[in-house]
Formats: sequence, C-alpha cells, structure tokens
Amino acid sequence: MSISFRAGVVSVLILAIFLVAWHIATSGTGAVQQMDPEYAKLMGLNATQGKSAMPGPLQVGATLWQHLTNPFYDNGPNDKGLGIQLAYSIARVGAGYLLAVLVAIPLGFLIGMSQLMSRALDPFIQVLKPISPLAWMPLALYTIKDSSLSAIFVIFICSVWPMLINTAFGVATVRKEWLNVARTLEVGSLKRAFTVILPAAAPTILTGMRISIGIAWLVIVAAEMLVGGTGIGYFVWNEWNNLSITNVINAILVIGIVGMVLDQILARAAKLVTYPE
Amino acid sequence: MTDKLISIEAIAKRYPAPGGGETTVFENLWLAIARGEFVCMIGHSGCGKTTVLNILAGLDTPSEGVVIVDNQAIEGPALDRAVIFQSHALLPWRTVLGNVAYAVGAKHKKWSKTKIKEHAEKFIALVGLKGAEYKRPSELSGGMKQRVGIARALSLEPKMLLMDEPFSALDALTRGTLQDEVRRICLSTGQTVFMITHDVDEAIYLADKIVLMTNGPEAQIAEIVENPLPKERERNQIHKHADYYAVRNHLIDFLVSRSRTFKEEMAGKSWDPMNVPLVRPVASPPSAPEPLRKRA
Ligand SMILES: Nc1ncnc2c1ncn2[C@@H]1O[C@H](COP(=O)(O)OP(=O)(O)O)[C@@H](O)[C@H]1O
Ligand SMILES: [Mg+2]
Repeated sequence: MSISFRAGVVSVLILAIFLVAWHIATSGTGAVQQMDPEYAKLMGLNATQGKSAMPGPLQVGATLWQHLTNPFYDNGPNDKGLGIQLAYSIARVGAGYLLAVLVAIPLGFLIGMSQLMSRALDPFIQVLKPISPLAWMPLALYTIKDSSLSAIFVIFICSVWPMLINTAFGVATVRKEWLNVARTLEVGSLKRAFTVILPAAAPTILTGMRISIGIAWLVIVAAEMLVGGTGIGYFVWNEWNNLSITNVINAILVIGIVGMVLDQILARAAKLVTYPE
Repeated sequence: MTDKLISIEAIAKRYPAPGGGETTVFENLWLAIARGEFVCMIGHSGCGKTTVLNILAGLDTPSEGVVIVDNQAIEGPALDRAVIFQSHALLPWRTVLGNVAYAVGAKHKKWSKTKIKEHAEKFIALVGLKGAEYKRPSELSGGMKQRVGIARALSLEPKMLLMDEPFSALDALTRGTLQDEVRRICLSTGQTVFMITHDVDEAIYLADKIVLMTNGPEAQIAEIVENPLPKERERNQIHKHADYYAVRNHLIDFLVSRSRTFKEEMAGKSWDPMNVPLVRPVASPPSAPEPLRKRA
C-alpha cells in the first residue's frame, strides 16, 4: 500500500475519533445550574436545562448543510448567507493583495537592483514591517473615512512586506553569470528585467506572495471584526453576539478551508515558475 | 603585417588591498591577436586569466589601458565577442532551443520567429545536439550543457570567441570529444578564439599560439609560444610529431618553475612587455646522425 493511501486512512481515523469524542463530550446533560433568572434568560435553554452549551458535531453538520445549500441569501444587514460574507472577505483580500502586488514587485525590483535604493529604503522597511496591520486601522478609518476601504488598506499593508522583501532578495541574488549572458548579448535593461531577472527571481517572489496571502487571510478576519458590516470576520463576531456557537464553528471551518484553497493556488503558481537547475 | 583583430594595450587591473593600498593583479599587459588565430592562455590559478578574458568580453573594465577590437576601443560587452562560460551559464527555465534562440533573437532583432528558430537549430545540430532541442538544461549531462553553451556562442557568428576553461568541469572522454568539435568548427569557419586553459595538452592540440602568464600578483605575459605542430593535427597522432615533446616540455617547464621565477630570470636582461619574445620550441636536431635508423 502506498504511503499516501495509508496516511489518508490515518487521517480519516483521526477525524472519526475527534468527531466521536466531540459528540460524546457535548451530548451529556450536566447539572442544572442555579442562577439568576435574568441571566438564565440570557443564556437560554442550554444553561437552564443542563444541556451542553457547546453544539455537537451533528448540530454543526446540520447548519453547515443549511449554509452550503443556501449560501447567498440576504435578509438584511445582520443575516446574510455564509457565501455572501465570504465573497465580501475574499473581495477585500483580493483588492488589498492585488494593490500590494502592484506596489511590492516593482519596488522590490528597484531595491533588488539598486544598492543605493536598498540602503536608502532599508530603515523605513525595518520600522514599518513589524507594525501590526491592525494598528493602522484607526489611522486608516480617520483618513479614508470608509470602513471597507480601510479594511482593504490593512490587507494591503500587511501583505506588502513579505512580497517586497522576497522580490528584492530574489532580484538581488540572481546569478551573476545569467546577468552576464544578457550583458554579452547586449540585451536592453527592460528586456533583461523581463527575460532574465523576472524568471530567475520568480520562485522567490512567489514564495513571498504565498506568505502574503496567508497573512492577508489571517488579518481580514480580525479587520472585519473591528470594522463590522460585512465579511466573514463580521459574521463570526455577529454570531458570537447571537450566542450561536454552531455558526461560529461553521465559520471557523470555512475560514480554514478558504485559507487552504488560497494557499494551494499560490503553491500551484509557484510550481509553475520553479525551474530545476 | 598580420591582420590584427584584437589589441590589448597596456591594461592593468588593481583591487583595493584589505589593509589599505592596492594589489595589482597585472599591469602593462600587451597582447595582439590576429584574425583567425586560436590563442590559448595558460598560467596558474589566480594570476588573472579570467580577468583578462572578462576585460576582452567587456564584462570587466581595466584599471588602466584599453582593448581595441577592429580599430575601435571597446566599451562594454558586445555581440561581436561571444563568451563561452566555464559554468555554461544556461538559463535553466529555457529549453536548449530557447537558450540558443534567445541569443539569436538578441543579435537579429528583425528576424522572424521561424528564421530565428531555423538558425538556432542549425547550430544545435552543429554541436551534435539534434533531437535535444526541447530538453531543459537540468535534463542534460555536463558535456551536453557545455555544447549548448558553445552552440549559443557560435550562433552569434562572432568576430571573437572567448572561452574561460570551457572543458575543465568535464570528464576526460567528453572533454576530448568537445575539443575535437570546437577545433573542427573553428578551423572550418576561421574563427578567432581566445581560450583560457590550465591543460597543457589541450593548449597544444587547439592553439596556434600559447600565451604564458606568470604567477600573480603583478602577473606578466612572459612569452608567447608558437605551436610548432602543423595546423592539420589529430588528437591521437600529435604525440608522434617530432616537435610535440619540445613544446610540451617547454610549457610544463614554464608552469612548474619559470612561472614562479620569471622575474629573477629577467633580472638584468632587457624585456619589453610591449613586445614579449615569440618562441617556437622545436626538437633539437640529433647531435650525431644515427646511421642505423635509416628510414625507407
Ligand atoms: N573583486 C575582487 N576583489 C579583489 N580581488 C579580486 C577580485 N576579483 C579577482 N580578484 C583577484 O584577482 C586575481 C585574478 O583573478 P582571476 O582573473 O580570476 O584569476 P585566474 O582566472 O587566473 O585564476 C586573483 O588573485 C583574485 O584574488
Ligand atoms: Mg579563472
């Protein structure tokens, strides 16, 4: 049996054990707590009847099925389908990320090709890079005055650094002999950038882009929790306020899967531009 | 007067020394290469051979002096001087054809895609790589990669071919075959070649003239050896030539001792770096004819 088949079997087993344990842990009824009637009202049946507040896997599965069969309903600002919320988040990540690509790659080329610019810009990069992207949020909200655009800006600022640094590194470390080939062939500098430097640095650039998309997807959830309105981050926060742990778990699952898909897309793209030596 | 294609005039190369001041790799170096000549340079590691070649290629600039090609001082690299790199320097994301076509397209900017492809294929076939056009460098052996490098340089049909120890990374058998092919191609096209090697036999087999460089720092061209072997030569036969051991011993003697002691050797004598001695080592005539060795 191949190793991947056996690994698959073990994965399924782990999942099964986890689901059964989860089911057992949440299906029992604990002691009914004595509590303030006001608080009991707030907490609902879960607390007052001794049922676990944590939904079981069957419950989560059932709501997930509802979400999957009807992802795009829209019943007003606080009740939108999971698909719509995801679409908002993906659109924001896409916009901020694309903007970051447009800035980081040309700037990375400049830094990678010019010692002067590399030294001149280094202090700024060193200071700006470690700033939590969410720290920019108030400033963005104040200057841009639009919550959705501010979220896009936050995505931009968090995904720009890995791409910028990797592009600069990839460009600066292009093998000298390849550049010499271009020089002896009298290839112009623009053509050299596209036919030698870009393909040579592409794997490094794509690695940066892959790190960036991961960070962007991490940050969008937090950003949307802050700015509210729409998006999967807002959905999580809203469902927490509704005390719908079932929906929160569903959202967590979906966030994980979308993150994985985004990562895989970039991994495939990286594979396309990687060259064996 | 010979038809001078390349003239190296009083070039020097200096680097800042670690402890301040400067180290002179070489200075006041003069060398002329005639059209159609195959010139090899030999000398020990670190004496500055690669530096000379890079200056010829335009990839490096001399600290002093000029290099004149066809009556024009060179300024940087140019398509009329093709380089075959020691490490082949193929672009790994391009196929064999892609690598050669890249060079052809760089030279003939107005050519159509088909014309570029045909021209590239012609030179790929010339180096014996027909059938490997669509392979990537990573799928090729070291010898095949170097063939692609040779095809790429030849496809430019350059005035001057520059090779920096092109075969040193190859096994003996592959090296031999490639030497044969380079010799065949260069001879048939009258290609002017400047090649660096540290292999004495390679130099004797390929070169018309062998430039001997002394050890660095402050390396000098000690002398230029004219190859006494006839232009038509075969690898397996050259050792039978009367003058073979004379030239071989002369070269080995230089590498083993004279390259180190050349300055002392020249002490007190007049030696003009502009006009270094041209020597032609030949077998010394037997002191007394041996009657028994009469030939039919
Ligand atoms: N960038 C550099 N800085 C300082 N010294 C250098 C540099 N490049 C080469 N050299 C020195 O120049 C000398 C000649 O180098 P090179 O031309 O590569 O020699 P060769 O090809 O004959 O082995 C060496 O001694 C080397 O140390
Ligand atoms: Mg060298």
